[in-house]
Amino acid sequence: MSLEPIDTDATAWRRVSRKYIVVDVVSYTISGVILTGISVIPGLIFQWSFGWAIPVVVGLISLVVIALTPRRVRAIGYQLRDDDLLFRRGLAWQRFVAVPYGRMQLVDINRGPLARALNLSELRFVTAAASSTVVIPGITSEEAESLRDQLVSLAESRRAGL
Amino acid sequence: MSVAPTTRFTDGEWHRLHPATPFLRGGLTLVAIVGIIAVNLRDVIINIIFEGGPGRDDDALVWITENGFVGLLLLGVLVLIALLVLGFYISWRMHTFRITDEVVEVRSGILFRTNRKARLDRIQGINIQRPFLARLFSAARLEVNVAGQDANVRLDYLGSTAADDLRRDILRLASGTHIAPDSTGATDAAAAGRIAELLAPELDPALAPPQSVVTMHVGRLLGSIVLSGSAFFLLVFTVGPILLFSFTGEPVALVVVLPAIIGMGSFVVRRFTKSLRYTIAGTSDGIRVGYGLFSTSNETLPPGRIHAVQISQPLLWRPAGWWEIKLNRASSSHAQGAAGQANTTILPVGNLADVKRVLELVLPALVDEPSIALLERGLTSRGGSSSDGSSLDGFENSPPRARVLLWFARKRNGYAHTSGAVLLRSGVIWRKLVVVPLARAQSISIEQGPLERRLRLAEVRVHTVAGPVVPRLGGLDAEAASAFFRSVADDVVASGTSDTAHRWRSNEASA
Repeated sequence: MSLEPIDTDATAWRRVSRKYIVVDVVSYTISGVILTGISVIPGLIFQWSFGWAIPVVVGLISLVVIALTPRRVRAIGYQLRDDDLLFRRGLAWQRFVAVPYGRMQLVDINRGPLARALNLSELRFVTAAASSTVVIPGITSEEAESLRDQLVSLAESRRAGL
Repeated sequence: MSVAPTTRFTDGEWHRLHPATPFLRGGLTLVAIVGIIAVNLRDVIINIIFEGGPGRDDDALVWITENGFVGLLLLGVLVLIALLVLGFYISWRMHTFRITDEVVEVRSGILFRTNRKARLDRIQGINIQRPFLARLFSAARLEVNVAGQDANVRLDYLGSTAADDLRRDILRLASGTHIAPDSTGATDAAAAGRIAELLAPELDPALAPPQSVVTMHVGRLLGSIVLSGSAFFLLVFTVGPILLFSFTGEPVALVVVLPAIIGMGSFVVRRFTKSLRYTIAGTSDGIRVGYGLFSTSNETLPPGRIHAVQISQPLLWRPAGWWEIKLNRASSSHAQGAAGQANTTILPVGNLADVKRVLELVLPALVDEPSIALLERGLTSRGGSSSDGSSLDGFENSPPRARVLLWFARKRNGYAHTSGAVLLRSGVIWRKLVVVPLARAQSISIEQGPLERRLRLAEVRVHTVAGPVVPRLGGLDAEAASAFFRSVADDVVASGTSDTAHRWRSNEASA
């Protein structure tokens, strides 16, 4: 059974841009190539007869991770509810977080080089608890800025003590 | 709104610290350095006095005396001491603080000035420490903790009674009340007052109810230390090598033992002396915790500063029925808490009655009859569900299929949601109960991995500020957990907006 803790109104979820798939695929490809390259080294040093198996396994795992990227990106979603921000992500490991606006400490907008080329931004919603930080990747820069202003004004009207 | 100042410090003007401050802060180091130099020069000095000249000639000092530079050397030493004293004096002059209706502000530094302000309504706790030396001078260190790492305002040192008065005034300003208290003229005859201060218990009798709610018995304290993990390691690290020595005759084994014994021994002794005079009491401005035998410390936690509470019982403590209580707080103090542990341990060891009395203080919202019963079941109940899956003891426990993940604790592993708080109960060998006041919770999440999805289970986490308590509970029925998630998410919002604990006396009538 998949986890659907919230009123299952699928249309209420706002999804991230499809262009974010490109960003994720590229970054996973780069890290996959590097990791596969590194995993060759032990086999070469110790002259194991099965030393070739390590890079093959690492490479295969990287390929699976890359192949699942479109589904994983489509699984990211958020909802602005009346009093809290609801965020979900994950395919195999699903996670839903509900953060009340009043607990907001700051909102960050980050852009990596590739994301900037595609006009994408990443929005971080930070509270006093490190574990409740919500990161919404892959939204267009205009959307990120309007969302930030919206979140700040919502937090301002619902401010709570620490 | 004007608050009549009861001490001379809260008038909004700049003030200086206790005159003995430089000595108490840096003076000891100076004395130690002088001592070390004197010990090293002892031979030379003795030789000069009794034999009319230094004995050895391989020393720089010998060269100095032989070439007649003694006067120059003494002059240099004097200038150095004068400069140090002047430096201490100037730094004392430049170190000023003030307390207004809104902030505590400290300015310090000679060349590099620092200016630190703490807003009174953000105060997480006030700590008064009296190191042994400072107690002799009747001085105390006042530390105002605000949220964040190393975000404390320290006033060291102040006069002992001044520190107590100042704490009361800061708490009164922070509480949001506008009523000036009766001005209690706290003046004392100097000598008698100082002796009384040295011998006085940590709790100021004018402010706290005279009785600490928990008495620390020596036997229980010793027992808890003996039955703790560190004592176990001490045993392993000493007995092991000694056995090794007796079998092999290898003296190296004994060399390994010594540092371990010294380290662990000092830890145990410190823990013991610190906890010996442990007191905890509720005051109108929060919980006051005091401890320490030689160097004493005394901390006030205003209401609404406790983000999560964990009551736990290691296996070895169970026959004796002892428990330990830890807290999550938004601030972190330099000062160590009771038992030489982090100051997040609010009760080092206590029996069930002690635990109940302390919980009454730290969770003031859960003092009604059903809540207390629920807390008690959270501690000691074996849990379990009736055949139709409904709860037996007020906690929603894990379903039987969670056995795969929770081999022993399945029946006890459960949650309860009361007005304004959640209780997460887990562990059958290491019993544990975590209580989170929802007004302080930052957010809540629900998670499910692949194995949990097959078993229709889920894990719920309540996010609070960082600390030793991590409120999470796995192996719950997925549907029940979803419902729990929904209701707690709503309640986190509701209790956050209705909460006024951070200005705990603002509802009292204005003057």
